[in-house]
Amino acid sequence: MNTRLAVVPHSGTVAIKGATVVDSNGSRQADVLVGDGRIIAVQAADDAADLTAERTLDASGCVVAPGLVDLHVHLRQPGREDAETVETGARGAALGGFTAVIAMPNTTPAIDSAAVVREVQDLGAGTCCDVYPSAAITLGRRGEELAPMAELVRLGVRMFTDDGAGVQSAMVMRRALEYASGLDHLNGGAAVVLAQHCEVEELSVGGCMHEGEWSSRLGLGGQPAEAEELMVMRDIALARLTGSRVHFQHLSTAGSVAMVRAAKQAGLPVTAEATTHHFTLTDACCADYDTVFKVHPPLRPEADVAALRSGLADGTIDAIATDHAPHTSDDKDKPFDSAPPGMLGLETALALALTELDLPIEQILALMSWQPAAIAGVDDRHGRPVAPGEPANLCVIDPSATWTVSGEEMACPSRNTPYEGRQLKGRVRHTLLASEPVVINGEAQR
Amino acid sequence: MNSRHNARRHLLSISDLETADIERICDLTESFAEVSRRRIPRVPALRGRTVVWLFYEDSTRTRLSFEAAAKQLSADTVNFSVGSSSVNKGESLRDTVEAIEAMGIDAIVVRHSCAGVPHRVADWIDASVINAGDGCHEHPTQALLDLYTARNRLGDLSGASVAIVGDIAHSRVARSDVLAFTAMGAEVTLVAPRPLLPLSLEGWPVKVSHNLDEVLGEIDICYLLRMQLERAASLDVPSLREFRAEYGLDSARANRLRDGALIMHPGPMNRGVEIDGDVVERPNTVITEQVANGVAVRMAVLFLLLGSGLDTSENESMAA
Repeated sequence: MNTRLAVVPHSGTVAIKGATVVDSNGSRQADVLVGDGRIIAVQAADDAADLTAERTLDASGCVVAPGLVDLHVHLRQPGREDAETVETGARGAALGGFTAVIAMPNTTPAIDSAAVVREVQDLGAGTCCDVYPSAAITLGRRGEELAPMAELVRLGVRMFTDDGAGVQSAMVMRRALEYASGLDHLNGGAAVVLAQHCEVEELSVGGCMHEGEWSSRLGLGGQPAEAEELMVMRDIALARLTGSRVHFQHLSTAGSVAMVRAAKQAGLPVTAEATTHHFTLTDACCADYDTVFKVHPPLRPEADVAALRSGLADGTIDAIATDHAPHTSDDKDKPFDSAPPGMLGLETALALALTELDLPIEQILALMSWQPAAIAGVDDRHGRPVAPGEPANLCVIDPSATWTVSGEEMACPSRNTPYEGRQLKGRVRHTLLASEPVVINGEAQR
Repeated sequence: MNSRHNARRHLLSISDLETADIERICDLTESFAEVSRRRIPRVPALRGRTVVWLFYEDSTRTRLSFEAAAKQLSADTVNFSVGSSSVNKGESLRDTVEAIEAMGIDAIVVRHSCAGVPHRVADWIDASVINAGDGCHEHPTQALLDLYTARNRLGDLSGASVAIVGDIAHSRVARSDVLAFTAMGAEVTLVAPRPLLPLSLEGWPVKVSHNLDEVLGEIDICYLLRMQLERAASLDVPSLREFRAEYGLDSARANRLRDGALIMHPGPMNRGVEIDGDVVERPNTVITEQVANGVAVRMAVLFLLLGSGLDTSENESMAA
């Protein structure tokens, strides 16, 4: 790790100086030299005088960490390029410190065929971020017939989900789990994971916010917490039955957290994510009928927010995801019941975690980098230790920088951030993808 | 609840009103009721002002009532009929509303099937917005005319006991009436089977009963809500027959009401479901009075919002 550096700078080399390195091995003061896509050297700070490179990035007072990994983004392409494209989404991701994002398959058409997987992979090439398409579990995300999972795994798909909807049929989900468990060999042994949007639609039908005190008062249709919890319960049972891995997307209720905690204690192969908005906002935000707060699953009451935070603290929840879901103003300027659900997240997630969670930065980075990288099976390139020879996918974070959220200033063509005007602490200064600085001093370079 | 809005300029929810505002509206309604009884029921109070009806949902009595109120105040009115408009060509709600405002209007009266639409409209434009019913949320002018009607018959409502019976969960009238009657000091009991109540009544100043027979002898007002005929299909009740048997006001039940207790209904009624035909004809059934008073109440609301707003009373002499 303390390899001495060559005195002559390599072409295309970048030195990151003055930072604290934080990775899965812990924290230490060190400067980092990268080039040719890899980390060349990591050198203790007292040795730093020797480190020279073609370009030096100031990182004093900052943390340099493996790039963040987002298990849950909607990049809207193909189909809704007016709301977001793979290119703009990747730019926003890099600005938020992410070097890898898992693109959800609820595009138009859905990502359920080799052609669409290849299209999204091609669109992602050369952008600011590694874009990994997930694919639908079922054709057209209709919950009926399985997508050609083996073919898609061969193309590099590691995560399958019908996100936007849960697989309603227990039998279809059982078969999908069984089938997926035999596909690892097609992908160099990397595990394939089925991720579930937990919602029993029979119970949530007609609902556009959490069903409780606020929905009752506002006269809006509600989705009870139990609509999510019943499917969490079912899929824990299916994980037991099949032995296959299940990843729970955007958990939002205290009951879900408790069930996942118990399932993990029982040794079942389940993992879970929580979104930044579910642990920072409550259903009371909907009081003025502002559709920017309409999201799926819905914002929940304080007690659920508290349960998510303790789930993040005690390891029940493995990852923070954004569920970044751009929508145009035209789409959001609709009555609450017909506006589409979803909110932006990529550029605010890390700062919200640092501002709102009472956790050490090492734990937040575990939740946002190496743990999600392992769940998504992208840990061959992302969430790696900051060590010589490793892929140079890194982010440099200034934990003390304060800034004000502005949708106008984001890379995304949509503006539906629920945090407009909010003061946050902690900001991404630089992001490096395969040793190339794609963000320098908060400015995207591609 | 609507902190972002200038509640003094709009009427979006009964919660926008202080008790004193409700008193003022009732007093002003009294003056306008006198206007309505004149041979030529018209005053020039809102001459030169333009009011637009934006009704995304069918309505007969509410729209006609507002129309009559505006005409008696000499306001100009424009009806934006959704059926024949650009909405059917895919125009968004916001574009529609902004286009209407650009024509130079003073108030927009909105009815929509989704809760909160009047609040959104108030965010987008400068004109006064009056909620004429938003989804399952509120119907403030209905509650005001209910209050006015009840006060006319019973006098001061403080300490009065009101039962609101039937489909509370899907009723905008119920939400506004709970706020309005309790603001005047009345005690409200919601009488309904569990599926027809909202999941949570946290923060509602009400009692709940599942037994109409138990409350009949103790109330001053029996307020019946319209039972939507499709509720049985959505499993909210086993059948309309069973609903009628448990919660319908038939003659036998009406006979057990206290002397002088009022029977109210916002209309339109389903005779033989929530109310029997012969109950409609009783002397203490004030359903027709409610409709009649609706015009004067809406005159008062239009006058206050389009005159100098709720905050001053300098123009009130114009009413006479």
